[in-house]
Amino acid sequence: MSTTSVDAHGHSNNHAGHGYGDNNQLYVHFHRDDYGSKFGMWLFLFTEVLLFGGLFILYYGYRIAYPHDYHNAAMELNIVMGAVNTLVLLTSSLTMVLSIVALRRESIKTSLFYLVITFGFGATFCVNKYFEWSAKIHHGIFPGSMELKETRPAGEVVFFGLYYLMTGLHTFHVIVGMVIMVFCFIFIKTGTINPKKYIVLENAGLYWHLVDLIWIFLFPLFYLLH
Amino acid sequence: MSGHNENTSVDKHEHVPSYGKNVMIWLALVALTALTVTVASVNLGNYTFFVAMLIASIKAMLVINIFMHIKYDDILMKSILIACGLVFAVIIIMYSFDLFNTYTG
Repeated sequence: MSTTSVDAHGHSNNHAGHGYGDNNQLYVHFHRDDYGSKFGMWLFLFTEVLLFGGLFILYYGYRIAYPHDYHNAAMELNIVMGAVNTLVLLTSSLTMVLSIVALRRESIKTSLFYLVITFGFGATFCVNKYFEWSAKIHHGIFPGSMELKETRPAGEVVFFGLYYLMTGLHTFHVIVGMVIMVFCFIFIKTGTINPKKYIVLENAGLYWHLVDLIWIFLFPLFYLLH
Repeated sequence: MSGHNENTSVDKHEHVPSYGKNVMIWLALVALTALTVTVASVNLGNYTFFVAMLIASIKAMLVINIFMHIKYDDILMKSILIACGLVFAVIIIMYSFDLFNTYTG
């Protein structure tokens, strides 16, 4: 396996990896393994999928148990809000890709521009989510509320519990993704991430797309199926 | 094994993605979102769930293949994804037997 990674890094980033290129002759023996970084990132995403997967399975199980309660509860969610957030995240995924494309084409400023736009979309998503949750909480719908406990059937309690848990965990991932973007921004500015060494930005992109992917499934499951 | 990776790795890095293709994929994703919202207002009975999940899966495939670049990655990277999908599918299927037995049996 070590042979593999050395080969991969050697060929994928010949110049930067061995330090013959741009900045520093001192880094001749500096070991870099882009293939390994990316592979590790995918393994991490695997664990993320299983983390959310468990919750999706819980959702599915209770959906079969309480089809009518799920139906009624989903009617109360705002489709427009959900659809807008879907478009926001899809577009942010595009701008993230464009940021990587721009960096690889050596236009640093364009790359930073797209990264800032992506961050902005992430923030927009969080603000939307804030208003959405606020409206629900205002109507007395939140885990453990009297409204849910005393007036709603068990299936609706479960639905809203999962709604808060899953969209909450997802939004937490959005926030983490935004923090990672701040680091990427700084690294591009300082040249740590550059057109020859962009794996960190690529991995940040993978993480961001995963966040998008999860939302692609959350949106229909919570907002549309009624 | 290492020779194979070496080659695909070179291929991958020579593939510099274009702006245009990614924008096209984004348009497709937006169109599919519009479609799934429209379909949701039509009563398809028992098929509603499957249609929604089908559209979501198509969107997911587009994101994974193009945005996440897996289409241009080598077989080892793809196998991670396949393993992940299989594990999840097996859990869902085995759970379904129990679930449908409990609530409809």
